[in-house]
This record gives sequence, structure tokens and C-alpha cells, in this order.
Amino acid sequence: MGSVGHVQPQSMHFAEPLPLKSGAALRDYTLVYETYGTLNAARDNAVLVCHALNASHHVAGTYDGQPKSEGWWDNLVGPGKPLDTTKFFVIGINNPGSCFGSTGPMQVDPATDQPYGAHFPVVTVEDWVDAQARLLDRLGITQLAAVLGGSLGGMQALSWSLRHPDRLRHCIAVATAPNLSAQNIAFNEVARRAIVTDPDFHGGHFYAYGTVPKRGLRVARMIGHITYLSDDSMEAKFGRSLKGEAFGYSTQDIEFEIESYLRYQGDKFSDYFDANTYLLITRALDYFDPAREHGGDLTAAFAQARCKFQLVSFTTDWRFSPARSREIVKALLDNRLSVSYAEIDAPHGHDAFLLDDSRYHALLRQRFANIAAEVK
Amino acid sequence: MSERKDIELIADLVPVGSRVLDLGCGTGELLAHLRDRRQCTGYGIEIDDANVLACTQKGVDVIQLNLEDGLAIFEDQSFDVVLQLDTLQHLRNTERMLKETARVGRVGIVSFPNFAHWPNRVQIAAGRMPVTRVLPYQWYDTPNIRVGTFKDFEVLAGKNGLRVQESFGIQDGRAVRTLPNLRASVAVFKFDRG
Repeated sequence: MGSVGHVQPQSMHFAEPLPLKSGAALRDYTLVYETYGTLNAARDNAVLVCHALNASHHVAGTYDGQPKSEGWWDNLVGPGKPLDTTKFFVIGINNPGSCFGSTGPMQVDPATDQPYGAHFPVVTVEDWVDAQARLLDRLGITQLAAVLGGSLGGMQALSWSLRHPDRLRHCIAVATAPNLSAQNIAFNEVARRAIVTDPDFHGGHFYAYGTVPKRGLRVARMIGHITYLSDDSMEAKFGRSLKGEAFGYSTQDIEFEIESYLRYQGDKFSDYFDANTYLLITRALDYFDPAREHGGDLTAAFAQARCKFQLVSFTTDWRFSPARSREIVKALLDNRLSVSYAEIDAPHGHDAFLLDDSRYHALLRQRFANIAAEVK
Repeated sequence: MSERKDIELIADLVPVGSRVLDLGCGTGELLAHLRDRRQCTGYGIEIDDANVLACTQKGVDVIQLNLEDGLAIFEDQSFDVVLQLDTLQHLRNTERMLKETARVGRVGIVSFPNFAHWPNRVQIAAGRMPVTRVLPYQWYDTPNIRVGTFKDFEVLAGKNGLRVQESFGIQDGRAVRTLPNLRASVAVFKFDRG
């Protein structure tokens, strides 16, 4: 099993406006993307990998001169890996609204010559899927062998099966849900309030003030991070361990290891992530709900789907629990679609989808081997 | 239920082109057989990780669920045939699963070890719980938490208003139609809701 090695992001500009679900439009836009492996002559071996909340187009490999710049799904994507780049042409696309190079709040709005900031239109999962479809048009890919995603990426994979049912043969959706629960939305809202109430936020136009609402981003990330882990994995990793030898009787200092860890995660995140992007992406999560247009009937929503499905959940994921995946499975079964579902008994919570649990990777490896057998 | 001949005997009960649900499908061998030889479609239900992977290897659609949690995920009469082979005896709520099988499928097919097979009777007569090829466990460590006989199932089916369309025993890869309760180690029933 190897790495895809050094990779370089590419970018593609679209002069034609992208109509958005909100009724607004992106007048023109750029998408940043990476590809790994080779598109075959029949152009039928492409796999789109959709990114989750804080990730980007950089799925696998490293950047030249930056040995620690491994892609976020490097354990899964590469030569001889479960998603084998000697067989598949893998594509990672950075979505509009992101802070990793595609047109987003940090870029200049051609209408005002100022950074978009808070004026960047609210984007949805469906808008991202449509933007991705245009990039594939340009690459000459009419049908994907598969769309793969975890968490918010899983929602994009599901959305692909509904918006462009004939453009993918397989949908592989991991650790995802048919919509967010009230509890999920509540966590998102706390994170957003942390950001927008940071005095450095300046109503989303902090670029002009030369500030970054780091305090808000830190808290947002801390909240998010708690939801990605399971109680058991936090207990195993940190328990009640103290940084020092005894209680310091301080309410301000870091005392417990878990506090130290959360602050570290928060600091790291606030150094690279954009506050407006965080607001946009959490809102896209809140809005995703394919059943909504069908009176809340998920079975009716999936009546449009044509591809084959593989769903995967993790038993300790309380953010997107197995029960949420089973709702999707039921809707697919009701429509007599081809669906397999694995419920992996992993201890790591939601984050398990990024880790290399052997049962999980063995399953995806086999699934992609089956898909490779269909490719010309 | 991994032996080839047993699988063929049971597959013969499934009409060509059926939409099938296999409860406790194991490695997916029967589903693959039904797909390849009888143009059937459908899904397996399986709890074990290794079996789920084996099903994927065969290209059989498998849903990883615990049968003890019931079949609420499936609508009434949504399958032509629901199979429950060598599974019923492992379940705590046998009667409920049988009812669920009849609810979800137009036809149900079950198989289970026949406790009344004569070598078992001989061992019981000698005062010990039987240990045989089909029931290879000691009484204290058996995964077969239910033991029943060919005749017992007829009674249970009748109690639940199920109509037995066809039944036979299997012994050494052959169907046993005469005195199956005595002569066969495996009991097979095909039934509907009458």
C-alpha cells in the first residue's frame, strides 16, 4: 500500500453563474480540486470523494516540500489502498463557500470589489453537488463509478443519487444522516453564536478590520470536537487525568487533560479555518433534508434514485447514530433499490469514518473491488 | 446450512425471479445461488462482521442488523419469499420472528435442526443430551437456545394461523418425506398466511 505521492491542486474557473437553492446565484466562481490515478479510455472509472465540515479537496498524498501535508483520507485512498488509485481516477473538489481556495467569503466579490465576508450567499449541499457536476462536465466525465463521502460528505453522496441519478453507479455514504436532529442543529447554533458574538467578528467583515474571530472559532471547534468523539474514547484517551499533580483550585487554568486537548484543537483550528466558512458549512448541514420536499417522506425522496448504495455507520457515533443510517436504508429498501448496510462496532464515535478500523476498511476495499470489476 | 445439496433442496422451493429476504444469511451462499441459478433479487440480514464481508465478496446485498430487534425496517408483504434457515433456533423470540417472517413475506421458508431425529432420541434414552453433527454442542454451551422437532413446528405454525404448503426433512443431502420427524436431522417448512 502506497501513497499517491506528491500532488498539486488545480483550479477551474466558471464564468457562467451558479444558481443556488436560496434563489441567489454565484455570478462566477472558481473551484479548486485534486485528482489521483488515471481516467481510463472509457471514462468510467472516476470516483468523486466529497469532503466533510473542515476538510478540502486535498484527499490524499502530500504537497512537495511539506511532508506533514497528508490528505485527510490518505489512509483510504492510494495505490493498493481500499480506494485503489491504480484502478480508479479519484477526484476531490473544494466546495464553493470553503476557505481552501474555491470561491468563498474570503474572496473578492466582483459586485463590490470587497471580500464577500457575510455577503457570501448561503450555499446548500445541493448547490455543492451542482457545482461538482459542472466540474465533471468539463473533465468529460458523464457518469461516475462512485460517489463516496462521510458525514457532510455522505450527505453530498446521497444528494448526488437524487439530483443526478444517472450520473453515478454507486453511492457510498458513511457516518451520515438523512437530516440533522434538533440536537445536531443546537450544537451548530452554539458554535455559530460563539463566532458571531466574538468582538473580532465585525458582522462577518473582519477581513477589512485585519482581525480574526479566533476566540469564537476556538469555542466552535471545541464544541464540534466533543461531538466527534464517543464518551468511551474520551474516557480512554483522557479520563480524569490532570495536567499537574494536584488540583490547582483555579477556574481559569487548564487542569484536566481533556481541557488541554480541546484548547489545543481549538487553537489549531482557529489558525487555519475561516469563520464565515464555518457559519456557511454548519448552515448547509442544518438545511440538508431531502425528505422535506416530499412532505417529510424519505421513501418518496429516494424514489428518484437509481444507483446502488452502500451505507456504513459506527455504533458509538452519537452525532450521526446508526439509527439515522437505518432510516436511509429503510427508504432505499422501500424503493427496492440495491443497498448494503454495515454497522461497524467501533469505539471511536463519529470520527471513526476517518480512522482505519480494519472491518470498515476491509468492507470498503471489497466494495471498491466489486466496482472495479465493472469498469472497462 | 452450508452444504451444497441442502442449499439446492431449499433453493428449489423458491420460485424463479422471486424477491427474497434471507434472515441470518451467513456468508450469502444461498442468496448468491438464488441470484445465479433462479434469477432472484433481494437482501440478506446478518449480524456478524465476517459474514457481512463474505456477502460483499459475493456481491450479495446485505443489511447488518440484529434479528432480535425485529423486522420493523421492512414493510408488510414486501418480499415474495422470506428465508430463515438454521436461524430460528438461535433467537430468543422465536414465535415473534415467525410472525414477522409471515408479515414481511408472502411465503416463508424455515429450516432448523430436528431434535426428534432418531440418534438424538437414542442419546436422550441413554440419559444424555444429544451431541451430533447437526447439534454439535454440549447442552451448556450451545448457541441453539431453542430446540424443537418437526412435529413441534407444525403445532407452532398452526397456532399462528400459518398454512404449511410443503415440508420435508433433510438427511445426508437428501429430502426425507416419509417419517421425517424420526429420520431427518434437519426440518424444512414452506408456509404462507393461509
